[in-house]
Amino acid sequence: MIRDRASRRLPVIITFLVGLVLTMMPLPDSVDPLRPDWLAMLVIFWAMQLPRTWSVGTAWIVGIVLDVTQGTLLGQHALALCFVAFITVRFHLLMRVFPMPQLTATVLPILAIYQFLLFWINGVAGVDTPSITYWGPVISGTLLWPFVVIILSGMRYRTRAGD
Amino acid sequence: MVASRENSSSPGRIPALGLRLLGLIVISILLMYFDQRDNHLDTVRKAIGVAVHPVRVVVDAPVRFWNWLGESTTSRTDMILELDRLKAEQLLTNARLQKLSSLEAENARLRTMMDARTQVRDRTRVAEIMSVDANPYSHSLVIDVGTQDGVSDGQALVDADGVVGQVIEAGLLTSQAMLISDPDHALPVEVNRNGLRTIVVGTGEIDQLLLPFVVNNADIVVGDLLVTSGLGGAFPAGYPVAVVQSVTRNPHEPYAVVSAKPSASLGQVREVLLIFSTPSPGTEAEAVD
Repeated sequence: MIRDRASRRLPVIITFLVGLVLTMMPLPDSVDPLRPDWLAMLVIFWAMQLPRTWSVGTAWIVGIVLDVTQGTLLGQHALALCFVAFITVRFHLLMRVFPMPQLTATVLPILAIYQFLLFWINGVAGVDTPSITYWGPVISGTLLWPFVVIILSGMRYRTRAGD
Repeated sequence: MVASRENSSSPGRIPALGLRLLGLIVISILLMYFDQRDNHLDTVRKAIGVAVHPVRVVVDAPVRFWNWLGESTTSRTDMILELDRLKAEQLLTNARLQKLSSLEAENARLRTMMDARTQVRDRTRVAEIMSVDANPYSHSLVIDVGTQDGVSDGQALVDADGVVGQVIEAGLLTSQAMLISDPDHALPVEVNRNGLRTIVVGTGEIDQLLLPFVVNNADIVVGDLLVTSGLGGAFPAGYPVAVVQSVTRNPHEPYAVVSAKPSASLGQVREVLLIFSTPSPGTEAEAVD
């Protein structure tokens, strides 16, 4: 039983690892400001689909790893991500029945809140805050959201990934 | 974790979700507080850094493979051309070195005459830059050496043409370095021509640095070479940093607007030299964050 559960959790963990690779992948300077917040999108997806297993705790751990790899304040991404997970879990029943356009429109403010929290913590901590390009990931993340959902849902049913 | 199995049709309040969020937020804030204040959390950071190392290697692998492929499929004529170029370059460098060794001897003699600490040649080590994007909002890079190779925080990085940056976080296997073009980076320099001391700060543009504290009547002209002054302690003195690109004097402002172009090619370095030198005591690293 335990083994069974572990083998179902593995695919989800792999998606987070792939997300981390995508986050750390070097991109040309012109595209870099538009790199979506892959990990935030993954947290939203899994917290929406399986909120009992993947919610604030997972989001926090993912955030700590992100803080280390990005060299930001330890706890910054962790705080922002677990807040994202919280909002998603709170509205997951609603979000599950939303049609895709409406769901995408819901993801936009969540990603915006995520960026705003990071931005705000930077401000409080006195880290130099960058220009308007800071909000690029929100736009690109929203535009890519439908594709992320299609890919992840397909993967979820194929591998029976879950709790 | 909740023991009960997920059932997609279960209408669900997740138990104690708000409480868990609150707990995690408090932990995050405490972590940030301690991380900001002092370096108690360095060990935590290093431990997680080691755990993430495989991911960094995976991210770096395609670029490494591509470079390797490029190198191993270079045509013979290209190789011969490259070899010729390198030979010519070595001849030039050697010729310059001959002069350098005599200058070095003279410098050491003068210094002993003046009773100053003899400037030893700095110990260096080559480090390769991993193609890993660290933080999108700062100019930083990841190098493939860490504390187990003797790297420490604040160490200077140079390439063949000038100063590149400094190590800001030495991990066990890899380290993060901040480029001199980062807006958070400031570096004490002097004008090579007349010894005028000032500070160079990054702008966030990879090919532009700013000298915000040059008074209007200071003797600085376009084309002046700026070298490290060694005053901050982190960088050894005498490494080229940038060339002054423009000087705009505005009589209404106390300071002139001076911009400079980094000597090192910050955007395209693949390998850097780490400098091991004993910084002068009582000084701190120059990152102004």
